Amino acid sequence: MDLYREEILEHWRSPQNFGEIHDADFIVDQINPLCGDQVTFYFRFAKRKKTNGNVPFRINDDTIIGNVSFTGKGCAISIASASILSEAILNKPVSALAKITGRDVLKMIGGPVGPARLKCAFLSLEAVKKITVKNTHGRSEEVQN
Amino acid sequence: MNVQKIRKDFPILKRKINGKSLVYLDSAATSQKPKQVIDAVENFLKTSNANVHRGIHTLTVEATEALDDARKKVAEFVGVKDPAEIIFVRNTTEAINLVAYSWGRLNISKGDEIVLTIAEHHSNFVPWQQLAAENGAILKIVPLRQSQGFRPVDDNGEIDLLAFKKALTKKTKLVTFPHVSNILGTIFPVEKLVSIVKGQLSNVPVLIDGAQAVPHLPVNIPKIGCDFYAFSGHKMLAPAGIGVLWGKREILEAMPPFMFGGDMISSVKVDQTTWAELPLKFEAGTPNIEGAIGLGAAVDYLRKLGMENVRCYEEELTKYALEKLSEIPEVTIYGPLNSVIARSETTKQSKKRSLRYSRDDNRAGVISFKIGSVPAHDVASILDSEGVEIRSGFNCAEPLADFLGTGPLARASFYIYNTKGDVDRLILGLRKVQKVFGSVGKWDGRRKNKNDNLHTHHPIILST
Repeated sequence: MDLYREEILEHWRSPQNFGEIHDADFIVDQINPLCGDQVTFYFRFAKRKKTNGNVPFRINDDTIIGNVSFTGKGCAISIASASILSEAILNKPVSALAKITGRDVLKMIGGPVGPARLKCAFLSLEAVKKITVKNTHGRSEEVQN
Repeated sequence: MNVQKIRKDFPILKRKINGKSLVYLDSAATSQKPKQVIDAVENFLKTSNANVHRGIHTLTVEATEALDDARKKVAEFVGVKDPAEIIFVRNTTEAINLVAYSWGRLNISKGDEIVLTIAEHHSNFVPWQQLAAENGAILKIVPLRQSQGFRPVDDNGEIDLLAFKKALTKKTKLVTFPHVSNILGTIFPVEKLVSIVKGQLSNVPVLIDGAQAVPHLPVNIPKIGCDFYAFSGHKMLAPAGIGVLWGKREILEAMPPFMFGGDMISSVKVDQTTWAELPLKFEAGTPNIEGAIGLGAAVDYLRKLGMENVRCYEEELTKYALEKLSEIPEVTIYGPLNSVIARSETTKQSKKRSLRYSRDDNRAGVISFKIGSVPAHDVASILDSEGVEIRSGFNCAEPLADFLGTGPLARASFYIYNTKGDVDRLILGLRKVQKVFGSVGKWDGRRKNKNDNLHTHHPIILST
């Protein structure tokens, strides 16, 4: 069936950028309460200025996502979307995140998924968008560890 | 029971899903509706529609009679002599909330204990959890029996009777459990559980969530001996938005109304109001008249089939499905199996498990399963592409999924219109799942998570 293209299954079997970044600058969670699917994205920004102690690292639209990873559990669609999205945003400026639409995600994963599975496909997009929505100051309350 | 004839009564079964004929295996979520129910609702709306309990014109009299008639039918269907004990509500959830808000907030206070099970549907879990959070009551959650090794396939999903007895104390104010688990299909020994409670604590009321039982089993509420019993119309061929709370008259009469307004009063003065008699005291506002009439027609339909026959047919179908599912080595089935399938180790001739069936009567037509490591939603998506509609996810019982350590599950559930051919289509669909996902292995056992403290043979005590 079309939804389960080999590429999606490959990303599900071997998700790219899977794992934690221990010295992440930014961590976001997103959960789908319908099915319990959950992703956590870890970001580390490139060219960050050295901060000393408590001074928060401030990001702006030009801050480059130097490293990104995710952990989580979920269906093939949500995990594959996370994997594909993580590849797409690596080395991109933070401002690029705001411009990614649901349609872009569907294009990235190779086509439509049907209304029942949109939540699965968009889970990761909702997660990474938090970075711009919150207009963060680097290590903020968003960082959980 | 002539299933082919029954199928002709359900117009939706003619539908195609993704070009394939519909196989509906999600009746535990909601049932399909026969034309007799659809017609009853339509006829009422076309010929007798008016508000009830108001005025004296012909239509309102007819509508009121139709509503009363539906109430009588429902009462008879579950063995209740006094139709005034049948309170029409929206669904099981509202019935339980009615008890929690009205009886619960009057009788349960700080330090009091509410005994329930880990198998509760959210509708019988969250209202008590929230009451406890509000007033400092304590939840005591009875675990299910699990055999040694905690291998999921051996989790037989029956209530742990020792833990149940241990949970009952002098502080217990309410005991509640499901009649049938919506995940595991376990038929709880409700009469036995009620007699245990009443033997130890004669004054403590027992509430039973019968949402998955009344549509599928012969249910005689007074015989069970409980004090409250809740069920939904939409799972038993009726339209959505109509359900029932049954309560013992003396308890209902002592309870304050849950909602206030029209229809539930006997007299309103500017400074005070007196309540209507049962059942209207708990039915504020214009009720779901056509829903109740639909429920009456659904009850007629089921009585004509005979609930014994319904149960026997579903039992046979469930047995067939369990056999077929267990022939797929990658499938892990949850819920009571021991009495249905006695597994012998692989024989030389065949890798199929040998199957033996007994009439222990502990499993309804609900089968939750996993197929290898394939996520439940993906199983459901692929089956949908084949026209087979199943449920996937936590199925409104997340604490149970945590307890079992399974994560989201796929669930197939049966009703009177399903056939062995439907089961075969399910199995074909699962073959496709295997084909799409390739080698999926066998589910590698319970997920380790922070809820591992749920694996206990003692009641889990939660106090805030």
